[in-house]
Amino acid sequence: MVSTASIQTRELERLYAQMLRIRLFEDEAHRLFMRNEIEGSIHLYQGQEAVAVGVCSLLEPPRDVVAATYRGHGVCLALGSEPARLFGELLGRENGLCGGRSGSMNVVDLEHGLLGCFAIVGGSLAAATGAALASKLRHDRGVAVAFFGDGAANQAYFHESINLAAVLGLPIVYVCENNQYGEFTPTAAVTAGGSIAARAAAYGLPGVVVDGNDVLAVRAAAAEAVERARSAGGPTLLEAQTYRHKGHSRHDDPRRYRPAGELEAWLERDPLAAAVARLEPEAAERMAAAAAREIADALDEARAAPPADPTRPASATKEPS
Amino acid sequence: MSYETSYRLAVRDALAEELERDSTVVLLGEDVRIGGVFNATPELFDRFGPERILDTPISEMGFTAAAFGAAVRGLRPVVEIMFGDFLGLVLDTLANQAAKYWYVSNEQASVPLTVRTTVGAGARFGAYHSQTPVGWLLGIAGLKIVAPATPADAKALTKAAIRDDNPVVVLEHKLLYGRKGEVADADAPVERIGAAAVRRGGGDVTVAAALASLEHSLTAAELLAGEGIEAEVIDLRSLRPLDRATLAESAAKTGRLVVVEEGPPTGGYAAEVVAAVVEAAGPTPVRRVTMPDLPIPFAASLEDAVLPGPDRIAAAVRSLVGEPATVPR
Repeated sequence: MVSTASIQTRELERLYAQMLRIRLFEDEAHRLFMRNEIEGSIHLYQGQEAVAVGVCSLLEPPRDVVAATYRGHGVCLALGSEPARLFGELLGRENGLCGGRSGSMNVVDLEHGLLGCFAIVGGSLAAATGAALASKLRHDRGVAVAFFGDGAANQAYFHESINLAAVLGLPIVYVCENNQYGEFTPTAAVTAGGSIAARAAAYGLPGVVVDGNDVLAVRAAAAEAVERARSAGGPTLLEAQTYRHKGHSRHDDPRRYRPAGELEAWLERDPLAAAVARLEPEAAERMAAAAAREIADALDEARAAPPADPTRPASATKEPS
Repeated sequence: MSYETSYRLAVRDALAEELERDSTVVLLGEDVRIGGVFNATPELFDRFGPERILDTPISEMGFTAAAFGAAVRGLRPVVEIMFGDFLGLVLDTLANQAAKYWYVSNEQASVPLTVRTTVGAGARFGAYHSQTPVGWLLGIAGLKIVAPATPADAKALTKAAIRDDNPVVVLEHKLLYGRKGEVADADAPVERIGAAAVRRGGGDVTVAAALASLEHSLTAAELLAGEGIEAEVIDLRSLRPLDRATLAESAAKTGRLVVVEEGPPTGGYAAEVVAAVVEAAGPTPVRRVTMPDLPIPFAASLEDAVLPGPDRIAAAVRSLVGEPATVPR
């Protein structure tokens, strides 16, 4: 006889392990970025892991699909993308998820249900809305999830997509990853009305605020929303309150725009620390060792892969062979 | 086999045949249920119902971007954008999402999205409902643009766009909707996008045009024939990709090129046709007949003065024929 408590513990272990993989991946990506082994621009997810993991743990890709943002590594990994292939993409290698063509900000991994990471703010809302439309018209019982940042809530895509999904009753969950900053600007300074979730009411939808640093709370709220979508109950807007531990990208020092003590206060509420406190120390150590090994091996594999091959035939269009 | 119909109903018939043939084809747009403001989609709703013919909010940006997502996920959406002038609202989807997806995703999925839109001046619709904004689209790798000038092509190119696995913009000229002509039956083979058509043979000058400018060019060619100048008139049909081979072959024969475009003088297809011909056929005397670098005016007297009509085309040809051609004939 397995107790309810032990089932919950096993579930939390599984979610924690996912969050830990993301944390370690991102810490490694940050090191590679700061020493220019990763070129261009990346946007890190440390601090927000509970949002991607809590939501994606409920989905059934590839029937269900997700559109993520340019801060998308966490969602990729939570959906099951191979870390070696994600590192490969960031490093511009042939083994990358998109063969080095996309880079960090625009990863697509349809096999794992990732419609894409969208580097135009708000693009994820619209693309996922279309995926939900396809599911509805094809009657495949698939659900689409759009992750988007607080900044995207002020884009036309937010309002146009949610309105369209509401009038068509589409199977979609809109998940706002409210990390309190749009690039360097505090969300509150540029967002009218005081609440993104409250905007749902204007479209006649449920709008739910959830603690985005509590993976079980995110999972519970998302479970209700996914079930609503799957049972033809229409869209839901979830607003996960969370925090970006790092800066926006490379060329910003968050100390320039964050009040003193704010980061420290959020670090007290680190989503991984909150989860691990509820696990057996031995189990946590075992998971930490396994995740560290997985990420190290993935990086080794990506580094060993050849650079993306410029002589590979390329066409911007798909033509009949 | 063929039958006679209008340009407008040729578009409708193309849609109906593709909706019938392929259950993944859906039509989205403003007022498409009752036929759209140009009445190019009448009776489709009655025949195919609310899951195939979807009226949208007036939010072109949102529903076109959604159509992109649906195309990645197995539908073959056709979006109607009421006026080409509104394409500015959907450029993010076209340029940044739909057209890049095949390449950037490393060929995980293509985007079989068709965007139909009504373009063209001469209807006194003013600066915001008269443009043919080809220049906004030409620089987008991964995008195709077709421009039917006849009822036959309104059907053939619409079907070709829907069958194509890539995003395609279909430009329909509002002054052509009432034109009548023979169009192919449902079982005619569907072409691949990219072929121009020689609409009139001639050895003295090549005149390349699209949409309503084709009619004006053919009228000019008749005027010129009376003066002993034989123009070869090419209907571009596909603006991206251009049919470089047909253009180069004609220009190599005539040694002179006039391109007619109902659009601004800078950055349109006329410039691209000139470049393509010069690259392929060597130095060639050219003229572009376009609209001036102005917004399109409303008043009849103002609008007529900026349209590239037969007289201006004929004048451009005469001025070219006064110069030596590049090839001995």
